[in-house]
Amino acid sequence: MTVTTTASGQASPPVELVTCTIDGIDVSVPKGTLIIRAAEQLGIEVPRFCDHPLLSPVAACRMCLVEIEGQPKPQPACAVAVGDKMIIKTQMTSEVADTAQRGVMEFLLINHPLDCPVCDKGGECPLQNQAMTAGHAESRFEGVKRTFPKPINVSAQILLDRERCVSCARCTRFADEIAGDPFIELLERGAKQQVGTAEDQPFDSYFSGNTVQICPVGALTSADYRFKARPFDLVSTPTTCEHCASGCGLRTDDRRNKVQRRLALEDYEVNEDWNCDKGRFAFRYLTDDRLTHPLIRDEEGDLVPASWPEAINFAAAKLAEVHGKVGVLTGGRLTREDAYAYAKFARVALGSDDIDFRARAASTEEAEFLAAHVAGTGLGLSYADIEKAPIVLLVGIEPEEESPIVFLRLRKAVLAGTAKVAAISSWASPGFAKTGGTVLAAAPGAEAEVLAALGAKAGSLSEAAASVADALREPGAVILVGERLAANLGGISAAVKLAGETGASLSWIPRRAGERGALDAGALAGVLPGGRPITDSGARAEVAAAWGIDEADLPAEPGLQAAGIIEALLTPPVVDEEPAPGTEEDDALIIAETAVESAAAADDEPGDAADAAAEDPNFEAIIEEPEPRISGLVIGGVEINDMPDPEAFRLALKEADVVISLETRLAGVDAYADVVFPVSVDTERSGSYVNWEGRIRPFGKVLRDATTLTDGRVLAMIADELDRPIATEDSNAIRREIDGLGFYSGTRPVPPAVTAPVAATPGSGQALLASWRHLLDLGILQAGEQYLAATQRPSVVRLSAATAAGIGVSDAEDVTVSSESGSITLPLVITDMPDGVVWVPGNSPGSAVNASLSVVPGTVVSIARGGQA
Amino acid sequence: MAELPQAVRGFSTTFFTMFRKVNTEQYPEDKDKYPPKPAFHGRHQLNRHPDGLEKCVGCELCAWACPADAIYVEGADNEEGERHSPGERYGAVYQINYLRCILCGLCIEACPTRALTMTNEYELADNSREKLIYEKDDLLAPLMPGMVPPPHSMVAGTTAKDYYDGKVTGSTPAQADEVAAREVEKVSAQAATADERLADAAANEEAAIKVAQERVANDREEVLADLAADEKKGGAQ
Repeated sequence: MTVTTTASGQASPPVELVTCTIDGIDVSVPKGTLIIRAAEQLGIEVPRFCDHPLLSPVAACRMCLVEIEGQPKPQPACAVAVGDKMIIKTQMTSEVADTAQRGVMEFLLINHPLDCPVCDKGGECPLQNQAMTAGHAESRFEGVKRTFPKPINVSAQILLDRERCVSCARCTRFADEIAGDPFIELLERGAKQQVGTAEDQPFDSYFSGNTVQICPVGALTSADYRFKARPFDLVSTPTTCEHCASGCGLRTDDRRNKVQRRLALEDYEVNEDWNCDKGRFAFRYLTDDRLTHPLIRDEEGDLVPASWPEAINFAAAKLAEVHGKVGVLTGGRLTREDAYAYAKFARVALGSDDIDFRARAASTEEAEFLAAHVAGTGLGLSYADIEKAPIVLLVGIEPEEESPIVFLRLRKAVLAGTAKVAAISSWASPGFAKTGGTVLAAAPGAEAEVLAALGAKAGSLSEAAASVADALREPGAVILVGERLAANLGGISAAVKLAGETGASLSWIPRRAGERGALDAGALAGVLPGGRPITDSGARAEVAAAWGIDEADLPAEPGLQAAGIIEALLTPPVVDEEPAPGTEEDDALIIAETAVESAAAADDEPGDAADAAAEDPNFEAIIEEPEPRISGLVIGGVEINDMPDPEAFRLALKEADVVISLETRLAGVDAYADVVFPVSVDTERSGSYVNWEGRIRPFGKVLRDATTLTDGRVLAMIADELDRPIATEDSNAIRREIDGLGFYSGTRPVPPAVTAPVAATPGSGQALLASWRHLLDLGILQAGEQYLAATQRPSVVRLSAATAAGIGVSDAEDVTVSSESGSITLPLVITDMPDGVVWVPGNSPGSAVNASLSVVPGTVVSIARGGQA
Repeated sequence: MAELPQAVRGFSTTFFTMFRKVNTEQYPEDKDKYPPKPAFHGRHQLNRHPDGLEKCVGCELCAWACPADAIYVEGADNEEGERHSPGERYGAVYQINYLRCILCGLCIEACPTRALTMTNEYELADNSREKLIYEKDDLLAPLMPGMVPPPHSMVAGTTAKDYYDGKVTGSTPAQADEVAAREVEKVSAQAATADERLADAAANEEAAIKVAQERVANDREEVLADLAADEKKGGAQ
């Protein structure tokens, strides 16, 4: 195996060129190029169905026949590589090729139904188009066309009309070669040949939607889009997927201001020609149950509709009351522009640095790592780089579930033999198994230990681990850490240390699309836009100058992160100066109360008691209300169950004096909010995301008539009302401001070096919780997608054989996993994983870890036979 | 004649014309006397199969062909028990905007199922824009004898192809029964809702009476108590 170790952008070694003549034009192409590709370079289009640049050639449809001088019969251009001095004639110049193609087309049409008017592909169909260019106007076929009963479901989402199929095998090759889910295959022979699935195994692939897009006829259609619109109704806009940090380019098609479908947009640097089903099919949330007007809480405690000026005034008045004590939680789903607006709003309008974009299990260690290593670093390690890494070590990330395009790239590279994959994980998931990588099994919480062992290359390493450790020291090696590693203290520090020791590149892959952008935009305590540390006065000065404010008005100390904000709301404020054991404090309070009462009672001697109080300096300090650190919240796009402990978050929301919520639909936080503002979704505005590579992925406004307001605009209106303007009304203006600010160029903070605590040892009937979220689950952006939900992976609990035997359960029996807060009961699948570890999906039907267990992975939970919690 | 005044010459033309055959067609009084030619392109009609099912498959080719962008169609799936046309697909929404339509007839040429044809109706004027957007209900052909109103299932044992081959010639008793059963169900559902509403109303009335009675009783007690208190006070004084 030859590993190309040059970084992307550098010149690759010279390739051998061959020169051929196509239709009388000479062209030089690298050796091994297929004739059809060489012709494309000349702008000569050879008709084709089965050929796809990313799939292996099969020459199944025979449509691309061309004449090659010296060959007795026409040859398929999609399967024959160009030879030196080859003379090729396509249908443009060769009667033979043209006749051959027309003959093939006539054969293909023999059994193809004439149902174009009711076919979803009609209007954008390669067969339809090529029947016009290379077909006979009249059919000579007089027999009865082969028919099949109407569509069959190869999965809940994908429908197959078998009579339309031209047996090009694009879908089966995609499923096998790209997705690695070979659940569909060509069955039968001759005229009966058809695509089919095994009886008990539907085509439940996370990438099944791509087969609909690459089908050159209307044989594969999606249940979601079936009969919804015709291609000529649709207006297409290039957009970016908002479902994960892969940053796929999408084409969003709308009809009369309603999104009808989304397709993968060709972008060879990022998603090539593919995307996942979540990105393709989950967009109903854009329209269903939208909030359309601001709501404010009236005196009776009900949320009532209000006008915009009324709600803005109300929110501004409320925020003015708690100035400097407001926390801002933005979730991870915002665009870079909106996150920037929140970051600026917090610093300028609220005078606070208490902001965090991480609505999930997070740690201070992670924040330090992000500030040191990720924030404001721009495009770093790219998809192209991971494709040729001697080893890609995955820690705290499950690519197929959490960043599907990373998975596709890894699989592609592994199949091409240009990269190897290893993961530190509790078990080899089906997705990981498809990359054929090495699993370095680790109980949750023990990742740091494994990372340290790889770094130290201690003698105790297993053979597999030792080869991973060696590969990590080769140039171009990559360590990818997922956001889940933040839950296990010390893990990120260990990864940083390992990268330092081995020279491997380290990259961070969050799960949500907006996280990297929010980080760059400064929506994290201690980090100003562009990755500037708030403690650096030079950085503060740059930002203050760009924002047109006095540097002294910018907070100079890092504020609280999400966990700190919630804790500050839940901990009752204590009187400082008084180290005060409880009794003394209670006494003091009682004295104060009595004093006030007596002052009120003593009508005839007004002010006496108060005077007495004024004379006593201690007294004064005591009756003064202790200042809470946080008493207000501004929340944008946080789902309560995103938080690792939803109940604590609810209590914190209840405890807060002021809660301002910016939402697209009423999703939970509104129950505690004083003001709720409706904001726009991605289709209603332009913006950008930053994908895990650090690549900016802009998208345009899809629904041109939409009049909803962006988060930035709402915040700007509140800021104006507070007389601390932030000027974030316009996304383009924000983009210019971000570009103007640029990235931080000073000394970066030091990455964290946290020592991992000793992992807890589960007792009998206990286990360490491991968990990650399935790609298709109960996520709020997939709400209402019934066909998509039907292709979810089943919710199961996983234990090792020994652990299962320990609690006396066997395969497929129910197991109950419980914590102090609640329990989850799911059927068991015995899995090859460390003993004393239990795995459940993070947010799937019957298994909402945050809501039910309220613990983060790595915690000890109880396990028992189903029903005996 | 040359010496006759010009005016008399002019009026003579008028005078003689009074006795000539009249060419004016009186509209709207005599419109029935002058029907348009059979090939006249008038208002559209969405035709039905002989058993009442719609011919439109919602393919939108009419909308595609329309040079004036006057037609809007949304296709949909024929759900189980909700069949509007033979085959899989039907036109769920069908609108023609007669403010835009130029009655050129390209749409009816495009129609692959002969679902869309044009009638001779030419009176396409109204007093609001909304009324000139004809919906599917306005465009559907009337039910002829032998047809039953969809949704209903296809004639038993036939395929969509049989419909296009003209093998279906009318509705079957089974289809008629199906539609009748649906009607009965609809009526009984309406009756049930009406009953429920009546019951609700009665319950509300009862509750209201009860509240009123309680209030009267309370008031009475209060008044009595007040009186008693007054008396007591009076006695004390």
